[in-house]
Amino acid sequence: MTLSFAIIAALIIAAATAAMTLRNLVHSALAVAIAFAGLASAYLQLGAQFVGLTQILVYVGAVAILIVFAVLLTRGGEAPEKSVFSASWFWGAAIATSVFALLACAINHSFASKRALPPQPSATVEQIGQDLMTKFVLPLEVIGLLLTAALIGAVIIAMRDESPKSKIEDGGSKMDKTSGPSSILHPPSSSGGHQ
Amino acid sequence: MTPLAGYLLLSAFLFAIGLAGALTRRNAIIVLIGIELMLNAANLNFIAFWRYGANPEALTGIMFVIFAIAVAAAEAAVGLALIIAIYRHYKTTNVDEMNSLKG
Repeated sequence: MTLSFAIIAALIIAAATAAMTLRNLVHSALAVAIAFAGLASAYLQLGAQFVGLTQILVYVGAVAILIVFAVLLTRGGEAPEKSVFSASWFWGAAIATSVFALLACAINHSFASKRALPPQPSATVEQIGQDLMTKFVLPLEVIGLLLTAALIGAVIIAMRDESPKSKIEDGGSKMDKTSGPSSILHPPSSSGGHQ
Repeated sequence: MTPLAGYLLLSAFLFAIGLAGALTRRNAIIVLIGIELMLNAANLNFIAFWRYGANPEALTGIMFVIFAIAVAAAEAAVGLALIIAIYRHYKTTNVDEMNSLKG
């Protein structure tokens, strides 16, 4: 166990713990970005340069910003006056602790704790690109399709929907008036329905 | 302790932290952050096993992590969109106040 691993592990553990315990959501988002950056340095330490840089690009760059946007759009920036933990926090903490104890026990008794150190494998970007374009080309296409579908779905879910009542009236009574959003059309269409 | 065991323990601890956050916090955004931490713990396991395991020239661990990162990004986008939609409906992001399916 080297010094660099100890530093990286301490950084990741401290940042992840802070992200899960801080009251302010913006502080949590910042802490989780630090945890993601620490994980990227762990990947670099393990010799997976491409994955480390992808982690920085996707997680520190995109997901952290997405989380901050969600915090701001839901006005969660101010710390709540009530407890931030749910009523059943004790059972959640107990389950998490027992899961960690089980995993640590399994790791300590497995072959991983006495395995000899193999030489550093090489994973150049050229090799990864070759494999992505030959052996893994079908998963690559599927993941592209999945990303497209997921992002379109996310936009549709988060889009502001007009109330179902005005939609029914628009569709039922005023088919000829197609210009303008339904919120502008709503008063004349409802009065037309009553006459 | 070998390096592989060290990375596996770090990953297990990260998973436990994420699980604790997802189970105990009330805010849905923090729950989603906890799920992201758990996904990252799994990715760290993949990379550690690729580095210290057998047959690393096949690059399977790296490929799995790349695809897992893409799926996790899609999950984060859809999850946060759902949280925003739910916030618009319930005016809250606390998961223990969202207790009815038909609003």
